[in-house]
Amino acid sequence: MNVTLPSAVSSGGIGARVRRKEDLRFLSGRGQYTDDLVRPNQLHSWILRSPHAHARINSIDTAAAMAMPGVVAIYTARDIEAAGLGGVPCGWQVTGKGGKVMAEPAHPVLASGKVRHVGDPVAFIVAETRAQARDAAEAVEVGYTSLPALPDLRAATAPGAPSLHDEAPDNICFDWEIGDKAATDAAFARAHKVVRFETTNNRLVPNAMEPRAAIGDYDPNSGEHTLFTTSQNPHVIRLLMGAFVLKVPEHKLRVVAPDVGGGFGSKIYHYAEEALVTWAAAQLKRPVRWTCERSESFLSDAHGRDHVTTAELALDSDGRFLGLRVETLANMGAYLSTFAPAVPTYLSATLLAGVYTTPAIHGQVKAVFTSTVPVDAYRGAGRPETTYLLERLVDVAAREMGMDRLEIRRRNFIQPDQFPYQTPVALQYDSGDYEATLRQALEAADYAGFEARRAEAKGRGMLRGIGVSTYLEACGIAPSKLVGQLGARAGLYEVANIRVHPTGSVTVFTGTHSHGQGHETSFAQLVAEQLGVPIDMVEIVHGDTGKIPFGMGTYGSRSLAVGGSAMVRAMDKIIAKGKKIAAHLMEASVEDIEFADGRFRVAGTDRSKAFAEISMAAYVPHDYPIEELEPGLEETAFYDPKNFTYPGGCHICEVEIDPETGGVEVVKFTACDDVGRVINPMIVEGQIQGGVAQGIGQALIENTVYDGEGQLLTASFNDYAMPRAATVPDFTVLTSTTLCTHNPLGVKGCGEVGAIGSPPAVMNAVVDALRDYGVRHVEMPATPLKIWSIIHGGGDALPQAAE
Amino acid sequence: MPQVSLTVNGKSHTVDVEGRTLLVEVLREKLRLTGTHVGCDTSQCGACVVHIGENSVKSCTILAVQADGAQITTIEGIAAADGTLHPMQEAFREYHALQCGFCTPGMVMSAIDLVKKHPSGLSEQEIREGLEGNICRCTGYHNIVKAIAAAADVMNGKRTELARAAE
Repeated sequence: MNVTLPSAVSSGGIGARVRRKEDLRFLSGRGQYTDDLVRPNQLHSWILRSPHAHARINSIDTAAAMAMPGVVAIYTARDIEAAGLGGVPCGWQVTGKGGKVMAEPAHPVLASGKVRHVGDPVAFIVAETRAQARDAAEAVEVGYTSLPALPDLRAATAPGAPSLHDEAPDNICFDWEIGDKAATDAAFARAHKVVRFETTNNRLVPNAMEPRAAIGDYDPNSGEHTLFTTSQNPHVIRLLMGAFVLKVPEHKLRVVAPDVGGGFGSKIYHYAEEALVTWAAAQLKRPVRWTCERSESFLSDAHGRDHVTTAELALDSDGRFLGLRVETLANMGAYLSTFAPAVPTYLSATLLAGVYTTPAIHGQVKAVFTSTVPVDAYRGAGRPETTYLLERLVDVAAREMGMDRLEIRRRNFIQPDQFPYQTPVALQYDSGDYEATLRQALEAADYAGFEARRAEAKGRGMLRGIGVSTYLEACGIAPSKLVGQLGARAGLYEVANIRVHPTGSVTVFTGTHSHGQGHETSFAQLVAEQLGVPIDMVEIVHGDTGKIPFGMGTYGSRSLAVGGSAMVRAMDKIIAKGKKIAAHLMEASVEDIEFADGRFRVAGTDRSKAFAEISMAAYVPHDYPIEELEPGLEETAFYDPKNFTYPGGCHICEVEIDPETGGVEVVKFTACDDVGRVINPMIVEGQIQGGVAQGIGQALIENTVYDGEGQLLTASFNDYAMPRAATVPDFTVLTSTTLCTHNPLGVKGCGEVGAIGSPPAVMNAVVDALRDYGVRHVEMPATPLKIWSIIHGGGDALPQAAE
Repeated sequence: MPQVSLTVNGKSHTVDVEGRTLLVEVLREKLRLTGTHVGCDTSQCGACVVHIGENSVKSCTILAVQADGAQITTIEGIAAADGTLHPMQEAFREYHALQCGFCTPGMVMSAIDLVKKHPSGLSEQEIREGLEGNICRCTGYHNIVKAIAAAADVMNGKRTELARAAE
């Protein structure tokens, strides 16, 4: 059943800019983040990490450290192995060419035999205070024999490169392909022109502002373990850690993710530290806590992006795309993180059609192990990489074809009457209108007036450029059967349990998790709307496996599309039961009962019962069809999506470059996104603004740099450039809606579009600003040094990348 | 072990600390004022900003012993005694200037100091540059800038009530 939409926005319902329920505690310093929690008699811990990128561990001597004040225990791989703990599991298994299953080396909780990246955990020190644990870590003596580092894709794939893992002698995790190679070759054979383009998608560190933290607790009476952790998906952590690492069944393991200070993907994964505190707490019969320092986060949180890609686009003489060939090297880092194999494949290469009708596509991905921090999903996860590739490629093609950048896009757009649209790379898009979002963005950005602004800037000695990207993405992950066929080791449905209390107030238990997205507000709006109760009477509960039946968490812009749909299904059941109770109370037939605006009515009469009267009857069933109907009013739904959702739109960026300094300033940014139905426009706009800022960060300043020895050079906020308030402009953010056709709300998702659509818009603008310098492409990030070198090094000498 | 005396949000405290103990550690761990956050270890992110006297200070960058005798205000201490929010808190809520909330306490404390130091008003550019020492990863700063501008009008007496955000 679809939600009935109001003709006008009712206060607090769908479409209203409801101020957030969660804000009061955050603004008053009363948030409860993991590190804010205190457990009685707690111990503190510190992790000794590898200073080497790649080395053999010859010996670990903990005797001196154990004798230091306050030290309670020091654990190394030997203890972990003696206890029979498993390694950190990977959630996806990709099958490559010829049916070859990916190499899946063990990922020990504490490094065993070898260390494989700077930051690899070697010893776990537990003490009465954090300072004591840290002091003791410095007294642990580890004997290493250093081995050659494999700090990047080139080093790891060079002929004769040393092996990081015995299970992958050539450092290749998998070699995978998608699409029809023969059809693509045929398309290229009849092409009028082939445009070739190479690029690197720069490696990023997600850097949620709250560093990761974990507290393990154990009750020796019940045998129950509790883990408090900074996670986007506590049930997934319970499953991965319980079943694969600690071998503790679910009923003895509770995972709580309280207030979480941002995630952006980095808090999806099960990390070794979670298992260490949980296990150590049970060994020591005392709570054990761990909090990451920021410099440590850089060495232990999964990084994002890091793809090197070569693409070829075949066009006919009218600029229509005939075929696309793409080869990507994807960095997995030293070990496979939870989602890592899915990122360059099913979350990236499946998007190679973009918003265009390219009939033949062949994509290949080689995933590579390097001696770096594991690489996994970061906001957008694979979709920013493909979007950046396509939208830069299309601009390059337009230039080489002598065509207008908008015209080449329009000539190849999938048209509104072509939906559902089956792409040559597995996905079937359900809805969209790319011309509508383009048109609206062009208008809002005053694209027509750009040349005048460029001329005005030139008068001031500045180089002004404009860039456009038209894109879509696939999110709302995901249909379980499909992803199971693709190698996912879990289903990706979502769960809602809705408890209507006797007086008609409602508690919603959702398996999604809110760490900035404002679910406590927008989900309450959705429930208030459908059940017709005031929003203040709805409470959203998330983040505790002890309260919530199950759930897959929050990532991939899935919470509303999948989790919200589960709520709709559960509410359908509540209303259906309510109708039976109402029919009994009003002596009518169930078929005659209508439910709207919080009242059950007998159709065509003035007889009705309020929602709270029905809930009271359900819990005080004195006058109740007790023989046919159970008392109570609580329902659960598991919702498995039928397809991905496909938000998309148009981003337009305008930059000014100071030729004296090479500095790039974003002076105007306009986004028009189709995210499907909007529940709370204030929250949606905030999500897009935040995503765009991350995209501008990737395009202009953020970069993760390892040296030849595998040392991370950008390992703190002093060295890794985070966008600040003055890095970004005032944004113009608009939405234009086509509804998702396969979920009951018509929603598509808004969490990632900002970070997906924006980087190519920025880089297209940078290249456009440099149009007088003969520059074909500039690699991200477009730092002042890079731009200055182009301008002052002679543009014609740099026809390719500026590096 | 050194002892320090602090007045925090109007209440006096005397605590034992190590020489190396940071002010933020005293606030969070000894006084349990966990609204002040630690987001980095290089004095960059500003999640730990508090007021010492009339100035905003990164409490991760000062030793507890250096703060001996100081008058300190944290995020927990800026609302009125009856719970009425400070105009900056109210503006952050009205303009959706926070998402995950982790940078928020430091951002609010920096913003209050920024406005107080510019009693005649602030341009958008001045607000953006004034936030140099505070990193937010969620919001893209757009709404933070709007919130500070709106709160400044109230704090500077240009308006008696906070200007409402668009509906």
